[in-house]
Amino acid sequence: MSADQITVHGAAGVHTVRVVLPAHLRVLAGVSGEVPVTVEGVVSTRSVLNALEADHPQLAGTIRDRRTQQRRAFVRFFACERDLSHDEPDSALPAAVARGTEPFLVIGAMAGG
Amino acid sequence: MSGVRVLVGTRKGAFVLTADGGRTTWQVDGPHFAGWEIYHVKGSPVDPDRVYASQSSGWFGQVIQRSDDGGATWQQVGGDFTYDGVPGEHQWYDGSLRPWEFTRVWHLEPSRSELDTVLAGVEDAALFRSTDGGGSWQEFSGLREHRTGPSWQPGAGGMCLHTIVAHPTDDQRMFVAISAAGAFRTDDGGNTWLPINKGLRSGEIPAGDAEVGHCVHRIAMHPARPDTLFMQKHWDVLRSDDAGDSWHEVSGNLPSDFGFTIDVHAHEPDTIYVVPIKSDSEHFPPDGRLRVHRSRTGGDHWEALTEGLPQANCYVNVLRDAMAVDSLDPCGVYFGTTGGQVYASADSGDSWAPIVRDLPAVLSVEVQTLP
Repeated sequence: MSADQITVHGAAGVHTVRVVLPAHLRVLAGVSGEVPVTVEGVVSTRSVLNALEADHPQLAGTIRDRRTQQRRAFVRFFACERDLSHDEPDSALPAAVARGTEPFLVIGAMAGG
Repeated sequence: MSGVRVLVGTRKGAFVLTADGGRTTWQVDGPHFAGWEIYHVKGSPVDPDRVYASQSSGWFGQVIQRSDDGGATWQQVGGDFTYDGVPGEHQWYDGSLRPWEFTRVWHLEPSRSELDTVLAGVEDAALFRSTDGGGSWQEFSGLREHRTGPSWQPGAGGMCLHTIVAHPTDDQRMFVAISAAGAFRTDDGGNTWLPINKGLRSGEIPAGDAEVGHCVHRIAMHPARPDTLFMQKHWDVLRSDDAGDSWHEVSGNLPSDFGFTIDVHAHEPDTIYVVPIKSDSEHFPPDGRLRVHRSRTGGDHWEALTEGLPQANCYVNVLRDAMAVDSLDPCGVYFGTTGGQVYASADSGDSWAPIVRDLPAVLSVEVQTLP
């Protein structure tokens, strides 16, 4: 794992973050493949999701609660082979995500039977 | 030639089944919203091309979809169901109090007169209305804030408002049913609500004839006789002839009076249909025989309708929103099963044939009679 996958970014400026959505949300958003979103300032879970929902309002309420902004229980956030689901939503994401070298993954939690 | 469109909600998507007035040859379109739970799909009485669908997922929450071409294409229109003010608390399974929390839309009821007006019954139990075609939703909070609200508690399926019956001519009157609170009526357009559970007796609650706490599964009405209501309760089939002020049991000779769905013939207000289920612990037909029961006397006297239905080794369920009637003559009757079959009768229930056999578990069936 490279250093920028471990260290958080602290850079100001404009960042293009690559978001990977689960299949159901790609259908709702009408997208295929990765979704680039533009984040100004700190790249955090909150700022990425804010940008994503601004570009794709169909996704409001599907990843986090509309009012509390809490992550929905069966949704997870991964990046750089780490589970970031329980990090504070305003914590900076890894520098590799901010640089766009690694994607930010929105995952539907495993369930089956 | 007129036709019918059957709107089917399932555990894994929605399906649109169409036929001409003969109702023998069907086209099957779907799945729409593949992989999502579709609790209900229903068309507008004002314009049959306007159809609403409740799309939900334990992962990704609630979405409302709208079609303006009879279900061929869809547009995501909204999904924000925010309780009015600070939600109170209701009983939880362990006896503790728990704040109202929105989970999903169980039932959509398009207005009889306004194209863009549609009601939604939701879990945790509340009633919402949209006047912009499903884009935004406002709660009728007088129901949730009823003085008995803190004593309401969920059934095994959640605390859901699953039944909405609008009065055919009086815009101020409406009936709803909640599991497991009971039936309620408004006479002022939804501002205030009256529990209408007198005559219900439920062995599952400490005081069997309590004002609320009954697990009403479904209410049906014929528009020509709006003071007469029929109810399938957890156990018991009941009837009211005074708009719910009082109820009396009409289970009569049913093989089991447990069940979920009930409906009324389109042209005969005293002809009603139920699908008896063995018990609350065995959600399948008695003796493995799938039988619709029809009463032509408004209850008490029932006949089993079996022609074309499996009479051995059948262990499916028929859920509360999974039966509907068309308004052709003879009346068509439709129901769906948790085994994925949708059955149709083009002769008021005398005989049945499957339209489809292998859909995902069917949650809801509605039918539109097309010009």
